[in-house]
Amino acid sequence: MRVVPFVISTVVTAGLVFALNKPWGETLPMPAGKFLSPQQGFWQNAEPADQSFDAELNFKNLKGKAEVIFDDRLVPHVFAENDEDLYFIQGYLHAKFRLFQMDLQTKAAAGRASEIAGSRAINFDRGQRRLGMVYAAENALHEMEADPIVLKTVTAYTNGINAYIKTLTTATVPLEYKLLNIQPEVWSNLRSALLLKMMAKMLSSETEHDLANTNSKNIFNTDVFKMIYPEVPDSLVPIIPKGTVFDMPGIVPVKPADADSVYFSKKDTMPARPEVEQDKTNGSNNWVVAGSKTQSGAPILSNDPHLELTLPSIWYEMQLVSPNSNTYGVSLPGSPFVIIGFNDSISWGVTNAQRDVKDYYEIKFKDNTKKEYWFEGEWKKTTLREERIKVKGGADVLDTVAYSVFGPVMFDESFSNGYSQKKNLAVRWVAHDPSNEVIALYKLNRAKNYDEYAEAIKSFSCPGQNFVFASHSGDIAIWQQGKFPARWDMQGQYVMPGYDSSYLWQGFIPQSENPHIKNPVQGFLQSGNQRPVDSTYPYFIPGSYITARGITIYNKLSGMSGITPQDMMKLQFDYFNTLAEDARGIFLKYVKEDALNAEEKKYSDIFKNWDLLASHDSKGQTIYQGWLDSLEREIWTDEITQINPAAYWPEEQTLVELLKKDSAMKFIDNINTPVKETLFDVVTNSFKKASAFLNAKEADGGIEWFKINKPGIYHVSDASKSKLLPFARTNLHVGGYGNIVNAVKGSHGPSWRMIVHMTTPIEAYGVYPGGQSGNPGSKFYDNFVDQWTEGKYNQLWYMREGDKNDAKVKWRMKFSN
Amino acid sequence: MKFLIATLLTALLSFIAGLYLPWWSIAIVSFAVAAIVHQKPWKAFLAGFVGLFLLWGGLAYWIDMKNNHLLSIRVAELMKLGQSSITIILVTAFIGALVAGFAALSGSYLRSSSGK
Repeated sequence: MRVVPFVISTVVTAGLVFALNKPWGETLPMPAGKFLSPQQGFWQNAEPADQSFDAELNFKNLKGKAEVIFDDRLVPHVFAENDEDLYFIQGYLHAKFRLFQMDLQTKAAAGRASEIAGSRAINFDRGQRRLGMVYAAENALHEMEADPIVLKTVTAYTNGINAYIKTLTTATVPLEYKLLNIQPEVWSNLRSALLLKMMAKMLSSETEHDLANTNSKNIFNTDVFKMIYPEVPDSLVPIIPKGTVFDMPGIVPVKPADADSVYFSKKDTMPARPEVEQDKTNGSNNWVVAGSKTQSGAPILSNDPHLELTLPSIWYEMQLVSPNSNTYGVSLPGSPFVIIGFNDSISWGVTNAQRDVKDYYEIKFKDNTKKEYWFEGEWKKTTLREERIKVKGGADVLDTVAYSVFGPVMFDESFSNGYSQKKNLAVRWVAHDPSNEVIALYKLNRAKNYDEYAEAIKSFSCPGQNFVFASHSGDIAIWQQGKFPARWDMQGQYVMPGYDSSYLWQGFIPQSENPHIKNPVQGFLQSGNQRPVDSTYPYFIPGSYITARGITIYNKLSGMSGITPQDMMKLQFDYFNTLAEDARGIFLKYVKEDALNAEEKKYSDIFKNWDLLASHDSKGQTIYQGWLDSLEREIWTDEITQINPAAYWPEEQTLVELLKKDSAMKFIDNINTPVKETLFDVVTNSFKKASAFLNAKEADGGIEWFKINKPGIYHVSDASKSKLLPFARTNLHVGGYGNIVNAVKGSHGPSWRMIVHMTTPIEAYGVYPGGQSGNPGSKFYDNFVDQWTEGKYNQLWYMREGDKNDAKVKWRMKFSN
Repeated sequence: MKFLIATLLTALLSFIAGLYLPWWSIAIVSFAVAAIVHQKPWKAFLAGFVGLFLLWGGLAYWIDMKNNHLLSIRVAELMKLGQSSITIILVTAFIGALVAGFAALSGSYLRSSSGK
């Protein structure tokens, strides 16, 4: 043996292996050797283009036989002999095609993102824990598991996921685990509850502006506040048609005796993030037309929920058949059931209610131990919850959250949104309350008619949703369903005192009084995240409403008759800008043409001739939105920034409505200048500023709308939208905006477009911007994206027992015990 | 002849080991083959290198063809190798080859007498 060369070459070999088996860095922590190995690394996730999904699988948990039939789009049609097997297989399929997103989303929901992302996620995790996300999920789980049907169903679903996880090897684990150098974690019923709370947070946790509003209170008295943050916009077309008569309220909350002095007039500032850019993007549309307005005489239901668009998509399309149900639609990996879809007899869709169901109370602790707080004239004990955050590549982080009578004290001296205000703020949030949304979905999947639908959704508490409905027998309906606090006027708009029980929520609006209507005279119903009712509804219902889309949809549907599914497709893809129609009149009336230079004149001419459509290549839309944003800054900045952190920005809808009413309203004047500005001045100035912006953009690639709006779909784990671009689809040639029916705004937009025609047999269409496989190495990863961008649909194959041998069947998975 | 046998044996046994053992089993296999099929050090290095270059390169190439280059292009871009399937196949082959080559070199030195 030649010792010296042997030692040298062995050290080199060992060094190479060591280096190639070690994570590279924080962004892409995969060990290179392991990752590149064709037998174990990423190559194993490169799915052959002719991959077969045929399989014969045996699991002890199964009670009977079942068959999964895949069509050419890789949509599974699951035929099971009983419900437990059905949801076991749904869990298995979710895991097989979407495991990583489920794992990631529920870890993030639980405040465990640092286990994947390392120390940069610690603050996010603390926020999740302090909001009480796990507490909320535990409360929900307790309620769910007390219901025998839910317990059986959810447990079967969990078992199905785990049955798949058990089959995984180093080679077959999804690509993202290899990239991030982590392992999948076993599923549990709690994790399904966490997913539900993730949705609750997404849809009902930023719908309040209590902290920023409290800052607004320093500048605006209650009357002005109500003017610039109006409860009922002038142009509102509510979900429940105007003129509908509401019941007398079953509960009349009482304003606390000292509210005027300790609540309305008390001046204080809160650690609120400034919200110059309004980002109310989690909207959605749904509508339904009765047979009287359709060509066939059968109702047509449409729904497109707007969410953060990701790859893999949040939705997974499937059909679930058991002896007592036959449901088709999109499911949410991590949860059993179809969430939006149809069965033999009914179809349903959802939009977000946008209601404010979260309030803040200021707490006074006795001392730093947070063990006691002042309430009702005495020191009351808190419950302390210790939170241990595990951090990848670092030491655990410990955090203690105090729970009060209201809920967790989210903000305190150690956690304050990054601001200097060291407030102790407790959160009262409906999502914390025990509830059973799961049974609502179970029943809705099986509902046969209006009564069963109305009964099914009753237990759906949070996030509040507008459940639109159509039945095969011709009924149409909508319910805004959720658990909503009954508030006295302005309750919870500002942070409330946390020492006085009279500021607690006094009860909830009775479920039967939630806004609803069945078979309206007008022959159609719509919702687009607007305030659900006009001012005659007997409750104070603040929220983060969006007005414009509802108006567009209402106007279009009003004028239509002999409607076909193709008409509904066109409407889902509609680009008409309703707010711009109003705003353009103001802009053109008040802009001082003679003060414009040649460049500005050019933009003004494009704007004048704009077709009011937010099409992808529209320059008019870019000019309009740039102008309106600029005008908002021109008008509000001086008022809003009188306080720091800033007050809440009024809506653009409100600004246009205020200017229509009063072209000399006092906010037009810039209070920081000696001169008194007029609407002519601010409209012209804002146009000049917008033109400068447009000029810069034109030099930098152009001002076609999609270059500004930047529609793109990023990988679900890529919050930065920059680290996993090869797994993203960007530069999509699609138009739209948050207030446009086709609500594509950056990486937000219609996450599933569905149209269901309640004929015999049911005729349905759908598309989502993604693909059935979550594997970036599969051709099914993003194969619907182009269709979605072009406004095209897939016809949904509502398979019958007799279709099982149809030529369109591509693959079969057989399950037995 | 010995070279050919060592090369093919390294590739074949590495493939089998890769079905059950971690990726770095290629180092153990190459070491063992070089120690058993004794060659001059530079020849042993080359046999290990070529064996794994062919195995990893060949497997990656085959997988990539069947996949229509879908994933290799994405991963190549992610690893800043341009959107090139060929580049990432070559990088894959080279990494495996390098580890196997040095391991084989060690194996060869284990058997060499210091006089030679």
